Order: sequence, then structure tokens, then C-alpha cells
Amino acid sequence: MSTKTKEVLLDPLLNNNPIALQVLGICSALAVTTKLETSVVMSLAVIAVTALSNLSVSVIRNFIPPSIRIIVQLTIIASLVIVTDQVLKAFLFDISKQLSVFVGLIITNCIVMGRAEAYAMANPPTASFIDGVGNGLGYSLVLIFVGFFRELFGSGKLFGMSVLQLQTEGGWYNPNGLLVLAPGAFFLIGVFIWINRVIKPDQVDAS
Amino acid sequence: MDRNGPTYIVLFAAAVCLVCSAFVSTAAVSLKERQEVNKKLDQQLKVLNVTGIIKEGEAADRATIVAKYEQHITPKVIDLESGQLVPDADPATVDVKKALGDPALSVAMTSPEAKAAQVPRKPKQALIYEVDLDGDKATDLFVLPIFGKGLWSTLWGFLALEKDGNTIKGITYYEHGETPGLGGEVDNPLWKAKWIGRKVYNGDKVAIGVKKGAAGTVAEDPYAVDGLSGATLTSNGVTNMLRLWFGEAGYGPLLKKLRAGGAS
Repeated sequence: MSTKTKEVLLDPLLNNNPIALQVLGICSALAVTTKLETSVVMSLAVIAVTALSNLSVSVIRNFIPPSIRIIVQLTIIASLVIVTDQVLKAFLFDISKQLSVFVGLIITNCIVMGRAEAYAMANPPTASFIDGVGNGLGYSLVLIFVGFFRELFGSGKLFGMSVLQLQTEGGWYNPNGLLVLAPGAFFLIGVFIWINRVIKPDQVDAS
Repeated sequence: MDRNGPTYIVLFAAAVCLVCSAFVSTAAVSLKERQEVNKKLDQQLKVLNVTGIIKEGEAADRATIVAKYEQHITPKVIDLESGQLVPDADPATVDVKKALGDPALSVAMTSPEAKAAQVPRKPKQALIYEVDLDGDKATDLFVLPIFGKGLWSTLWGFLALEKDGNTIKGITYYEHGETPGLGGEVDNPLWKAKWIGRKVYNGDKVAIGVKKGAAGTVAEDPYAVDGLSGATLTSNGVTNMLRLWFGEAGYGPLLKKLRAGGAS
């Protein structure tokens, strides 16, 4: 892999993370991360959509009339999201039921459109595809981080398997109810951003 | 052609729409069959779960679910206006969710029970399931669908009754959007286990409900189940929907006949 490709792929993980630095896509990051399983599936769905939408937009970027480019991007993204939703319903029915409306809401995830507009409109297809995968991975990293802690400490489980025996099920662990609610995810994302900025002080906002 | 000219823009937009719609419809059509199968299988599994034939969370593959369902479960159509079974109706034609959105297939309800449960309409026809546990062709259990509002969402579930039409065999909710950890505890197997053996009717009155705090054992407290702490509104929602569906507007008339039959 060339250095440039690597940079495009890996930069969004920590250096330019869509959630931690660009603060995009927070809504779904709060909603689907009560369990690790849903976080992982949601991550895969977002990676697929960002990568493919970046690819398709980039392929036709030189033909898109500038005045309707946003609508064109949105049409492409919406189609991809509907197809993703259909695929989940057909192959991962249980999980798609839990993700419910949030798969559909990938359409409104600012990461997808942000990358299409900012990157895919100005770069060749391969690079755009990799950028999409990279940004999807950046989103996934945060989602899985948050999902891991929320499921472990909020319900004592990982991937639905009991790790900390709950008091209600005869064990010792009294789960932290805050973590299963949306504010719990806010705190975790805050902690993630904090750690990220301690390691990389250049991300700290000038104030 | 001028990329900013109106002709080009219209043509381009039309082309994008055409390609995208072809893509979406191909996916939707080709996956539809699989999705329908999944949906049906999911419902069948929930019915089996509430009867205890397949324990909740127990791994069951497609073939097992279909086989056990075929073996034990018989869906029957009930006319909710008269409260009686419709023996010759085809269960496959009944779709409660669709009926609720169609004025021709559902009726408005104005009773206080319906107001409390926030269920403004009921379908004219619904499904109940007769369950034969031991293979003697006699009905051992009834599985009755229930739904009503909790705090955030409509809860959809099943309640299984013994053949006396009164003793609860199990309850489950297969679809809801209550807060995980609070109202979402309606999913908790330990809470659901507390329902088993309790009675729905005291005389002809629907007495079952979720009470605040802890209920006693089945013998001490036959008509009450522990409240879900931190989820009073979800708990009330459960009580209200049971009062509605087991009352006159729902399965009351059918079960009354059953209880009378059992006594004679």
C-alpha cells in the first residue's frame, strides 16, 4: 500500500476522526451503542454506505452539474441506505429489528454526505472509496469503543454473553443504569475525545 | 453540452433517478421473499417462546422452528367484534398491523379501557393460537396477542393461557421501544417468569395487573406481578393493555365460554 493510500485510510481513525474531531454522526452513535452487537452491525452498514457512496459520486463527479450536486449525492446515498436496510432485513433479521429506524437514518449521518461533498467530488474513485472506508472505520472505532463499555457496565454482557453476573440474575454486579441511557454515551464519547486530545495535543481547539 | 444548462441538468437528474430506482427496486424485489420468511419465522418463534416449547434465547434453527410450529401450533381467526372464533377463515389473510391502518378492516374503540391502553382502534379480525403440547390433538394452551402503549412506544406481545382460560403460562413482548434497563425490562426473563401461574380473572373481572413494588407468591397474590422499578408508565401500560384485551372488547367473551365450559 502506498503511503498516500495508507494516509487516506488510516487518517480518519485517530488523526481526523469523524466523531471525535469532526463531531459528525453523534446521533446514531448515541442510539445504537447500548449493545456491542448492534454497534458492530451499524458500523459495517456505515462503512458500506460511505465507501460505496464515495465511489459512485467520484465516478460521476465530472458529469454532475454543480447546481444540483447535493441532491444527486443525496439520491445516491439514500438508494444505498435503502438497499443496506433491505439486505439487513433479509440476512440479519434480529439485528435489523434492534437497529430499527437507525439504519434508515444513515441517510442523515453527516459523515456520509460530508465525505461525498468534501472528498469524493474532488478525487478519483479508488482514493474516494478508500476515504469512505477510512471514515467508516473512524466512526466504527468510536461506536465499538462506546458499545463495549455501555454493554459491559450497563448490562454486564459482551455480545449478549454474561460477563459480569447481574444481581437481578443472582450474581454480584449492580449495573450502571446511566450507561444504557443516551447520556452514558455522551460521557463515553467525551472521554474518547479527551484521551484522543491528550495523545494528540494539536487537536485541541484554540480558545 | 453545457453542464449548467437546464436541458443537461434535467437529463442528468432523470438518469440518476432511473439508475437509482432500478437499483433499489431490484434489491427490494429480490430480497422480499427472504424478508417475508424471516418475519414469519420470527413470529412463529415468539409464539413458541411464550408457550415454553422453545425456551427464550435457546438457539433454534429454521427447520426446528418450522417443525415445532407445525407440530404444536394451530392459528385460529377470531372476530373481535363478536369475540367468537371464525372457523372457516384463513389465518394467512389476517394482518393486524395492516388492519389497524385500514378503516375498513378495523373499528374504533371508545371504552375507558381502550382509552387507558391508548389503543383507539382494534382490528375486526385477529389471530389466536391453539397449542397442543403433548400431541393428543386437544388444546392445552392458548396464545393471545396483546398490544398497547407503554411510555415511548407500542408494546406488541403474546400471553399464553392454560386451557382453563384463566391461568397464565407465559408472557412475552416481541416488539417495543421502551428504555433499555427500565421499561425495557419487560424483556427480562426473570420478570416474565413471575407471571407464570397467576390468574387473569377473578370471577368475571379482569383482575391481573402489574402492581407497584413487589407482589407475593402466586398463592398469596394471584392477580398481581411485581412492578418494574423506574418504569411506572411501562408497568401501567402492561396492566392497561391486559385489562383491554382480556375484557369485553378483546378475548373476554371467548374465554368466558371456556371458563364456563371448564366448570361444568
